[in-house]
Amino acid sequence: MIDWLLLLSNAAQEIISPTTAAYALAALGLAIHFGFTGLLNFGQAGFMALGAYGFAIATLTFGLPVWGAILFGIAASIVFALILGVPTLRLRADYLAIVTIAAAEILRLLLTTNQFEPVTGSANGLQGYKGGFAALNPIPDGQYGFGPWVYNAYDWWVRLFGWTLVVLAALITWRLMKSPWGRVIKGIREDEDAVRALGKNVYFYKMQSLVIGGVFGSLAGMIFILPRAVVPSNYQTSLTFFIYAILLLGGAATVLGPIVGSVIFWVLLSFFSGFVARAVEAGWLPFMSSVQAGQLRFILVGAAIMLIVIYRPQGIFGNKKELAFVK
Amino acid sequence: MSSSVGAQGAPIKSTGLHIGEPAPGVKKVDPIIVADGITRQFGGLMAVDVEHLEIPRGAITALIGPNGAGKTTLFNLLTGFDKPDSGTWTFDGESISGVPAFRVARKGQVRTFQLTKALGLLTVLDNMKLGAKGQSGESLSRAVFPWFWKKEEEAIEARAMELLARFKLDAKKDDYAASLSGGQRKLLEMARALMSEPTLVMLDEPMAGVNPALTQSLLDHILNLKIEGMTVLFVEHDMHMVRHIADWVVVMAEGKVVAEGDPHEVMANPAVIDAYLGSHHDQDLGDLDTAVVEAIKELADDDADDKQ
Repeated sequence: MIDWLLLLSNAAQEIISPTTAAYALAALGLAIHFGFTGLLNFGQAGFMALGAYGFAIATLTFGLPVWGAILFGIAASIVFALILGVPTLRLRADYLAIVTIAAAEILRLLLTTNQFEPVTGSANGLQGYKGGFAALNPIPDGQYGFGPWVYNAYDWWVRLFGWTLVVLAALITWRLMKSPWGRVIKGIREDEDAVRALGKNVYFYKMQSLVIGGVFGSLAGMIFILPRAVVPSNYQTSLTFFIYAILLLGGAATVLGPIVGSVIFWVLLSFFSGFVARAVEAGWLPFMSSVQAGQLRFILVGAAIMLIVIYRPQGIFGNKKELAFVK
Repeated sequence: MSSSVGAQGAPIKSTGLHIGEPAPGVKKVDPIIVADGITRQFGGLMAVDVEHLEIPRGAITALIGPNGAGKTTLFNLLTGFDKPDSGTWTFDGESISGVPAFRVARKGQVRTFQLTKALGLLTVLDNMKLGAKGQSGESLSRAVFPWFWKKEEEAIEARAMELLARFKLDAKKDDYAASLSGGQRKLLEMARALMSEPTLVMLDEPMAGVNPALTQSLLDHILNLKIEGMTVLFVEHDMHMVRHIADWVVVMAEGKVVAEGDPHEVMANPAVIDAYLGSHHDQDLGDLDTAVVEAIKELADDDADDKQ
């Protein structure tokens, strides 16, 4: 029989999991790119990989302290944003999409190749970079929490750190989008020639937006690796598409949307995958093997994205009149 | 230049803008734009080939000509939205050849577009505020700290409301620009351009798609620009409007300036009437018999020669 309580408690854990925070932050970066500025960045996985590897390599190879490693990861994503932006931001929006998707893949393959094994760890990735971060933990050792949310001191420290970053990033985004700067950014999304005709340096604004969203993606990559190891196969193109799914679910041009979207995405994904796996075990789905059941959740994600785009293009928080998707 | 500022009622035309007989490329008393040798080719098509053109300051100049004459291309070149193959031009005595569009706009030369570019998912008021120049809150480092730009923002909003009231859009200030009618969007685009306090306003077909009820109000707004000391250059197909408000008319065909003069004179020019305003004025030159086109061009040339 299916243990519903375990299923629900596993799903509930996702609400505050660091992975949810990481996806929320990456989606917030994408909201700045796509939702507010209209930049089609399909390489958010690349920015996350740079944050993750930047942090790990800076710690392991260069022996930098935690703050140095974080700055190193941020700097790497800024350089990446400039490399992507300089040649493409003067061109039409679709060129950025092509370049970002390709650049993120190139980056992942470079990180996977054996050539740089001593630094990147190749396909096995990197671990053992968490010491400095764990040493900063102000929470005394022990188990804390209630209900399904009982974790040790390190796990709470990761959650505290991750969600603090998400809240800070959300506050910054919210202030930015209410400012005259945000007005220019949204104007560029609507029609960049009109904004140019009013004397704004559109190229420069697009670059700023690409950098800010990229830095958010890079910080998300750092949160993402704190509860696990750095593995290059985590940064495939599908990661970018999951983040797009979260963004569209919550509402592309909103601040709260990416965060709530990430929570809903992970709770549902955990619930469905747990349910399907147990249903196969219990013999409810005789036509399916357990391996097939593991893949089914991604099919469900795909179907969910299609349904959102068709029936609620503005997302959960999006303004019904402000359909960034339908023009 | 004897521009009559402060005209009431029927528009008073500015006269005495040119030096010598009106002909293509004629010198102006006080030009705001001087363009020389501008060419722009699209593949094998010479879209713009202007030898010399001066736009008089403080007056309303109309740029007319049949479809495909290169009017909008010339507009794009002068405003930095397109780069010419050759040529130099100055605005207010300062060379702006090859200067990017946003810098040209900052110098006080602001344009509108043939296909209206209202920023649909911004409110009408936000559209207006975007037009204001030199906002410190538009710099990323200050944007997150509202106390740096709160005062400035209030001043901009007050000015925007004033302009919106003038253009009778104040009741719509919180609506998305996408919800406005075509004519209202034209008004909004013009009002937004004025937020930047320009010296030269360039309007690309301000009347296209505007219903007759709004036409008069748009005309009045354009005349007001002159009264307030701005220079206006506009592209238009509506000859009635050109005759009514333009102080000077530049006629283009196949990329060249073929005639210049005050509206009544230019429209009396038989070549212009036949080629652009008469029976064929809404027809592409390319549709005409080549022999006819040649004849028209000769007529235009003869006419120009006669006047020199």
